[in-house]
Amino acid sequence: MAMSNVGRPTQPGAATSEGHASLTGGRGLLQDEPLIFELGGWDKTGVDIDAPEHDASDLGGLVRAGPIGLPGLSEPETMRHYVRLSQKNHAIDLAIYPLGSCTMKHNPRLNEKMARLAGFADLHPLQPVSTTQGALELIDRLAHWLKTLTAMPAVAMTPKAGANGELCGLLCIRAAHEAAGQGHRRTVLVPTSAHGTNPATAAFVGYSVTEIAQTADGRVDLVDLAAKLGPDVAAIMVTNPNTCGLFERDIIEIARLTHEAGAYFYCDGANFNAIVGRVRPGDLGVDAMHINLHKTFSTPHGGGGPGAGPVVLSKALAPFAPAPWFVHGADGLELVEEAIGEAAQAFGRMCAFHGQMGMYVRAYAYMRSHGADGLRQVAEDAVLNANYIKARLGGVMTPAFPDGPCMHEALFDDAWLEGTGVTTLDFAKAMIDEGFHPMTMYFPLVVHGAMLIEPTETESKRELDRFCDALLALAQAAKAGDVERFTGAPYLAPLRRLDETQAARKPKLAWRPEPATPLAAE
Amino acid sequence: MRYLPLTPDDRAQMLGTIGAADVEALFADVPAAARKAALFDLPNHAGELEVERELSGLAARNRPAGAGPFFCGAGAYRHHVPASVDHIIQRSEFLTSYTPYQPEIAQGTLQVLFEFQTQVAALTGLEVANASMYDGSTACAEAVMMAQRVTRREKAILSGGLHPHYAAVTQTIAHAEGMEILRQKAAIDAEAAVIDAIDSTVACVVVQTPNVFGVVTDVTKIAEAAHAAGALLIVVTTEAVSFGLLKSPGEMGADIAVAEGQSIGNALNFGGPYVGLFACREKLVRQMPGRLCGETLDAEGRRGYVLTLSTREQHIRREKATSNICTNSGLCALAFTIHLSLLGETGLRQLAALNHSRARELAGALNGVAEVLTPRVFNEIAVRMPNAAKVVEDLLAEGIVAGVPYSRLDPHAGMDDVLLLAATETTTTEDIAALSAALKGRIG
Repeated sequence: MAMSNVGRPTQPGAATSEGHASLTGGRGLLQDEPLIFELGGWDKTGVDIDAPEHDASDLGGLVRAGPIGLPGLSEPETMRHYVRLSQKNHAIDLAIYPLGSCTMKHNPRLNEKMARLAGFADLHPLQPVSTTQGALELIDRLAHWLKTLTAMPAVAMTPKAGANGELCGLLCIRAAHEAAGQGHRRTVLVPTSAHGTNPATAAFVGYSVTEIAQTADGRVDLVDLAAKLGPDVAAIMVTNPNTCGLFERDIIEIARLTHEAGAYFYCDGANFNAIVGRVRPGDLGVDAMHINLHKTFSTPHGGGGPGAGPVVLSKALAPFAPAPWFVHGADGLELVEEAIGEAAQAFGRMCAFHGQMGMYVRAYAYMRSHGADGLRQVAEDAVLNANYIKARLGGVMTPAFPDGPCMHEALFDDAWLEGTGVTTLDFAKAMIDEGFHPMTMYFPLVVHGAMLIEPTETESKRELDRFCDALLALAQAAKAGDVERFTGAPYLAPLRRLDETQAARKPKLAWRPEPATPLAAE
Repeated sequence: MRYLPLTPDDRAQMLGTIGAADVEALFADVPAAARKAALFDLPNHAGELEVERELSGLAARNRPAGAGPFFCGAGAYRHHVPASVDHIIQRSEFLTSYTPYQPEIAQGTLQVLFEFQTQVAALTGLEVANASMYDGSTACAEAVMMAQRVTRREKAILSGGLHPHYAAVTQTIAHAEGMEILRQKAAIDAEAAVIDAIDSTVACVVVQTPNVFGVVTDVTKIAEAAHAAGALLIVVTTEAVSFGLLKSPGEMGADIAVAEGQSIGNALNFGGPYVGLFACREKLVRQMPGRLCGETLDAEGRRGYVLTLSTREQHIRREKATSNICTNSGLCALAFTIHLSLLGETGLRQLAALNHSRARELAGALNGVAEVLTPRVFNEIAVRMPNAAKVVEDLLAEGIVAGVPYSRLDPHAGMDDVLLLAATETTTTEDIAALSAALKGRIG
């Protein structure tokens, strides 16, 4: 029974909280939380499981003898442990999450509900195809939306995330070259501003990477591109809008030059959110592009995945798409799981089973909710929000490319911090004390001290103003010489700045029992 | 539109601040030819009710595993996941956060990853584990490429007991990197043929236990042969619950262990998203792919966690990275860790024992109905069943999903008469009786 507060109203005391410390080390509701391995549950379990009827005598010496080293907790302890941990995270549901190139937008809860319907979640990938027609139909409808939004004739659905999609796209390109007797093409051209996954993926496929220069206004240098396109080039990988938040004005010419040289145009679709519903990559001459469903189509990032990275393909590349795929047969949708017969050109398989169904359901619910009109508004509001931030901050912080509008993200350099003793990193960490997640820092590499801010369309004007007001106040503090506010930041987060150098020098990657614990005593 | 907060007034004010006449002006860099004035040929926005109606309709056209007797396994397993797991992973702070690049405000995710890595290392019997891969199959391919980096050799041997999808993914990806992949002939006891293929040109041997037919194998001798030839042993496990009963890969000499972690904490989801487990010996850690979370201290000496050894990764090393992986399976790893924290060693051992018991019960019930081909199993058996695919289709009429015909995974192996059946804690004695009766009816 709750205590009655009647007659005992609290009144604020006179003392300030400055310098006040608790006796036990925590701060009010924010307490240190040990690892599960330190909570003592070595013989506890939070599940009730029936006793087996048969023993494991048939397995003889194959049975695990010694302790595994796994603690267990009852359900209430488990809830506390993980809820306490959750409170140490920033999240899109708490405030703007302005990471450039990451598209941290609102995650509608309807999509979570739909993905958990038993007809999707409790479906085995290898049960008879006749019992999964609704699931295949959903994938087929999603594929139709993706193809329509991109004006591309085909889509490979299975890649598990953006980088996996890049890999799928490059493997299609490689297979297409080999089929055409062009297997000697082993170079991929990548702009200096590219995501790290682009060169990493090209190298992963065994291609060598050559960088393309960037012009002073943040675009691909056509002269340099033309000079580097040659008979050895398999593909170019260009992000559009690019990682500077700018649309590649010469994109059609880039595609033309690329095709003229016998190479394919891979587009990194990480920034598709800026143009969805308004611009179709197929109209620009793109041959392959992955779509991060966890960015543009709002499947939750989940602290680092899962994502999904379907790849739309041009007519030239479509025959090389990996297994599995679907065909419309007499008895409904059929699943082609093996790259054989007429499909012999398929380059192989990207993953076991059929891709990220849970993500497909969420992305499709998102698309249906927005519709053609809503998606167009998504791109417009995303671009409007970014330009608003650029306009509001641009008087104090220095835009990397001041002329003309940006697309869905606003990029600043650190010229405005010169002489203040505050770095981009310091500034970003001070944002944490004001309740904001930092923007993407030091990326793209081509801009000094880069700060890349992507608000997305799901931020209100009020939140954008709150964010801009905080950054302007911080900028003023930096210029006024309040350096410690930055170099020591964050002060008010669950932890202060962490020693990453030490973490890498002497890696401690797992908990190990101290000599006194029951495990070590055995 | 319910997800878009800007009002027409907001937009007008903001355009004023920007100094743009209209939103079209912000798209000025897009070539005119590519700017579409008209809406695309797709339906317009829809309310929650309408979307829910459409998706529920699609879901209703599928037969959920839980709707009746169900025996599919072969790399994805139906287990009971406690309700609290799904509740916690839907907390905003976990669901709607990004990869933990700012450790001061991501300690929740980071500590979970540290717990996850410790649990995976313990399960596999190895020293270090990463913060997850996409799934078991891609983890397998990454392990083979890691072996190439470690040994500087170009050949990999895949046992004929390896899940055919895993073999195909490895062939696709590792072959693209220039490796020679030798996949051995599929056989119930395929592991017996592995040792003879090992020589000093081999980078790694990939062996699955329990294998795709369900057979549990002691790979110690294979490890010895591989090591004698300077090769690595990669052990693959597609059913993570088996770690609660069987000798771990590390105990048997594995250098790298990869597994599908779906069974713990994650639903079947028609094949994804799942969570790849990846563990190895400590001395190999710098050749590992994927994210790693490590312990360190903050400015005030308090313990905390960060992503570390990122000089292996694409965002730092670009074309010299150990892998191109970026986004992985964070939330599925969280579900795995919560479920395993609930189970603990006690619960996992009980769960594994119960799974094993149900498989023995299943094998016993099929005795006399079909020849059981697998000698030592965990929770999955293979039986001889002429025209297995047809049998599975026929039994649907009786409400039974009788398992996975091996031919569906590997159409060219000439094993159309092999049926794979799994039994987990969700399989009841009544389910087994129904299956057995239906099969007897066909013979009868």
